[in-house]
Amino acid sequence: MSSDSTVSTGASVKKARRMKLPAPNAIVGGTLIGILLATACTGALWTPYDPLKLSFREKLAAPSALHWLGTDEFGRDVLSRLMAGAATSVWISILTVTLAVIAGTTIGLFSGYMRGWTDRIIMAFNDALLAFPGILLALGLLAVVGANKYGIIVALGIAYTPSVARVVRGTVLSLREREFIAASRVMGNSEGFTMARHILPNCIAPLTVLATSMFGYVLLAESALSFLGLGVPPPAPTWGNMLAGSRPYIGQAVWLGIFPGLCISLTLLGINLLGDAVRDRLDPRMRGSR
Amino acid sequence: MFRFALTRIVMALPTLLIVAVSVFVLIRLIPGDPAQLMLGDLATPASLADLRARLGLDQSLPVQFGIWIGNVVTGDFGQSISSQQAVLPLILQRFWVSAQIVLVAVLLASCVAVPAGVIAAWKQDSALDLGLVATATLLLSIPTFWLGLLLLLFFGLKLEWLPVVGYVSIAENPWAGILYLIMPIMTLFLHEIGVILRMARASTLELLRLDYITHARAKGLSERAVLWRHAFKNAFGPTWTLIGLVLGNLLGGIAVVETVFTIPGLGRLLVDAIFARDYPVIQGCMLFVAFTYVLVNLVIDLCYPVFDPRVTAQ
Amino acid sequence: MNTKAAPLLDVANLTLRIGASGRTVVNDVSFQVFPGEIVGIVGESGSGKTLAARAVMGFIPPAVRLEGGTIRFDGQDVMAMSAKDLRTMRGSKVGMVFQEPMTSLNPSMLIGRQLDEGLALHRKLDAPARRALILDMLRSVGLRDPEGALTAYPHQFSGGMRQRIMLASVMLLKPALLLADEPTTALDAVVQRDVMELMVELTKANDTAVLLISHDLGMVARYCSRIVVMCQGDVVEQGLSEDILARPQHPYTRKLLSAMPHRLPARLLPEAKTPIVAVRDLVVDYPGRQGFFRKGEAKRALHGISIDVQPGEVVAVVGGSGSGKTTLGQSIAGLVKPAGGEIRFNGKPIQKSDAAYWDYRLNCQMVFQDPYSSLDPRMTIRQLVAEPLRLVPDMTPADRKARVAEVLTEVGLGDGFAERYPHELSGGQRQRIAIARAIVRRPSFVIADEPVSALDVTVRAQVLELFDELQKKHGFSCLFISHDLGVVEQVADRVIVMQDGRIVEEGPRDDIFDNPRHAYTQKLLAAVPGLESTPEGGVRLFWRRTENEASIVG
Repeated sequence: MSSDSTVSTGASVKKARRMKLPAPNAIVGGTLIGILLATACTGALWTPYDPLKLSFREKLAAPSALHWLGTDEFGRDVLSRLMAGAATSVWISILTVTLAVIAGTTIGLFSGYMRGWTDRIIMAFNDALLAFPGILLALGLLAVVGANKYGIIVALGIAYTPSVARVVRGTVLSLREREFIAASRVMGNSEGFTMARHILPNCIAPLTVLATSMFGYVLLAESALSFLGLGVPPPAPTWGNMLAGSRPYIGQAVWLGIFPGLCISLTLLGINLLGDAVRDRLDPRMRGSR
Repeated sequence: MFRFALTRIVMALPTLLIVAVSVFVLIRLIPGDPAQLMLGDLATPASLADLRARLGLDQSLPVQFGIWIGNVVTGDFGQSISSQQAVLPLILQRFWVSAQIVLVAVLLASCVAVPAGVIAAWKQDSALDLGLVATATLLLSIPTFWLGLLLLLFFGLKLEWLPVVGYVSIAENPWAGILYLIMPIMTLFLHEIGVILRMARASTLELLRLDYITHARAKGLSERAVLWRHAFKNAFGPTWTLIGLVLGNLLGGIAVVETVFTIPGLGRLLVDAIFARDYPVIQGCMLFVAFTYVLVNLVIDLCYPVFDPRVTAQ
Repeated sequence: MNTKAAPLLDVANLTLRIGASGRTVVNDVSFQVFPGEIVGIVGESGSGKTLAARAVMGFIPPAVRLEGGTIRFDGQDVMAMSAKDLRTMRGSKVGMVFQEPMTSLNPSMLIGRQLDEGLALHRKLDAPARRALILDMLRSVGLRDPEGALTAYPHQFSGGMRQRIMLASVMLLKPALLLADEPTTALDAVVQRDVMELMVELTKANDTAVLLISHDLGMVARYCSRIVVMCQGDVVEQGLSEDILARPQHPYTRKLLSAMPHRLPARLLPEAKTPIVAVRDLVVDYPGRQGFFRKGEAKRALHGISIDVQPGEVVAVVGGSGSGKTTLGQSIAGLVKPAGGEIRFNGKPIQKSDAAYWDYRLNCQMVFQDPYSSLDPRMTIRQLVAEPLRLVPDMTPADRKARVAEVLTEVGLGDGFAERYPHELSGGQRQRIAIARAIVRRPSFVIADEPVSALDVTVRAQVLELFDELQKKHGFSCLFISHDLGVVEQVADRVIVMQDGRIVEEGPRDDIFDNPRHAYTQKLLAAVPGLESTPEGGVRLFWRRTENEASIVG
């Protein structure tokens, strides 16, 4: 029964306000992500110097007009390496998220559709995989698959599939309770048609939210694995392995330890802020326009 | 309540079983002769034959699994290839180190972050709230390995207040031991404040919308009484569950902090084992951490009725 | 009632606005409540009635600002009160009962403690004295085991019981004024009446004035001596209940009154040999809870139901929650598989042959209750209404387009609506779309599951009128499920009353309404007013009594 409760007034006010201006969250977050993507795209095609070029004359040079962010122990330009690293990390993360989303959605849809014992068994396996916390499963998979660029994509992709499957299955199950699904069946539509026409399109919204936040987690995981030496192997630069490489020289060349970490932090900050803004925006609408 | 506890415990068993199967299968996926892999460079024809017999490699996979699980349950996790030590004692020793850091950090972080999150939600959209949220978001965006590096740089190298490398067990030398642990704990502490504060704030916001908060006010209770007596306890429930997740995540990801501060913990053990292809250790670590995580979540679930009595009714 | 010189609550020219330049949600509202009297505020959603009532206690949400006017309680200006004074007023002088019993009690706090809290705050009594008072109050609200309730949690009680506990909690402090914000809307019709009677009894006993807020004009008229009618933030009319009902002045009041269900003369339908839908001995079970070890006990939802629906007839199925009426509708629609029994369509059993089943499928359609959940949010109106046509053989795309346009016009929505999305429409409009979708295939049988329960009163009347019109025009038979007898009175030809999965009474509408035999039917009817039109364009309400109450003077 619709009624003018205080909550709805508040929410509709907030909604009205947000319609006019994007929140500061979104602006800052969006800008940071924009910079990241721009850097990644540029870095894939062009960098000021060759990221792999060694130059012992210039090793461990502090930031200057020649090398804006300095050079590392092999004389390689830090800025170029950061840009190339951006491209690598973003690319790996996108592929990983795509893999996890495709695999997870298939499993989740299937499980939610079948229900009954099939669903329980699939979810039992799914939850068992979720019992490996954080990057543990990825670490184990890397031992099998081998630690390199493609190994990471496979290992992290598999490690994140169970979370996607769980979310998709949850969405499918809750959508099934909605009356428009019952209406579809009463109309005479087969279960398969109902899944494809009504359930799947309505999964896209939660999936998008999930994929965006997963992108952040995957990026962080890739950096962590590279930091540990189990990710993208040197000399190819990635922010994680640049940080690892900076450790022996941290006393003399402090810039080597600052910039890669700063890049990761700003990227994650951007993703978090943008994610918050999106969630706030979706929230009042998700509660229905009562 | 008893039925609730029993159900939860029994429900955890299939998970543990599948975890064990997954770990077993994972290692078997590695191409090559398992016995050869286990023994590495130290293999001799005699020791290979001996190991093959012990692992039951001539028999079917399920039987091999049975043998392996039987060993695991009795505490025999095999022998490390690199160090020839028995795996389980090694894991336990390293786990003790990691656990100290993780537990202290999460405990301290919760004590600070949960009340802060509840207060932030209470004063939603005020300067205090925005400040707390901004700080929390900032803290959780900084990867732990960089944060650790920065702390090391500042407190270790610049100020020289704390040791940069190494570790001493508290059991041996309490004061020195603590000094070595301060920075790793502080790193995790700062990061988790960000995570936990946001979670506590989100749960509190959810329940402040509910009618019983207005009802409590309608009784004439002061704002403080409403906050602590009604909001806090109910917000703590979901936050408690999420703290379990946090603990788990840290168990999985502590390797990076241990690497930065050169702490001989469980994470580092696993990573070194991967480099060294020390398969018994890899297997043992994965099994141990996953089992611990399941246990931690079980304990958290069992405590849940304290916060939300509705749970046992289901 | 007891009009002394000074009103207990005096709201004068109250104006509340959203933000600095936003909408005025409460506009120049004035009304009074004198000690001991029961005043009702009636309005639909958006009328501002809830905000005005909450303002009395000083509960104005942060987004809303006081633009003008005063609220005086017992002579003091509420808006100017210090926080301390407000806290003293709340609970001990003014109490509030909320709509949703499920969320108004703290789920993790013992009932005893929650009741004790207010008492300990406002009265100087020691613990044993407080406990005695609480037990006494719990007994008077009808709890059978007051001691047990003290150490129980809210979730262990049903909605009706929780509302009683709420009443106990509030009345413990013997406030001078009770604010009741839609206190029974979330409850079953029969339970509603019980809770209202209890509320009136308690407040009379304690000389507590009541400000009752509701959308239900009938209920307000029954219990309140004076009524305030609000619409879109304005008070459009106020006065004594009988006056408002008998001689409504404002057009909106008249609209509200005409929206109350009226009985039209019964119509005669042509005799038919075979009922269009015949249900025999239908048995449906709820699956038990599935644990890992054992399946829970299956609960029987329908105990062998038999129903006939004649062509062109509207059969209403009424009952409270748990009566099985929704399950009946779902199983006839094919959503739930029966454990036993037979359904025949035009004489042919549908469970036996595919052809018969498909024929039934094409001809049986359903309208659901929740307009916010029954339309796929990602489809346009055109797609939604056209979807059922997909399965009709021999229709060209042009045919389909024409049919959709035709049906949209029939439900009163023009072509401009075709490309919109559900979230852009109001509840009433969405329900029209749901109806359009149900009749687009020109079915011969429609099941309507509480199609108007989620709508505002005036919208409800419009949709019912539409439904009635369509039914007469197209002649489809209808199984109309509802908990609201008032609605049923208007549309039904025959009425079936269900309780606990069984049919307790059935018959032509006039028989059921004028001569109910079964005790449960009588109870249901006692909760619904009968209407008589007056010459001045108003109505007079009369209330039926159950057989037990016939001897009580009311």
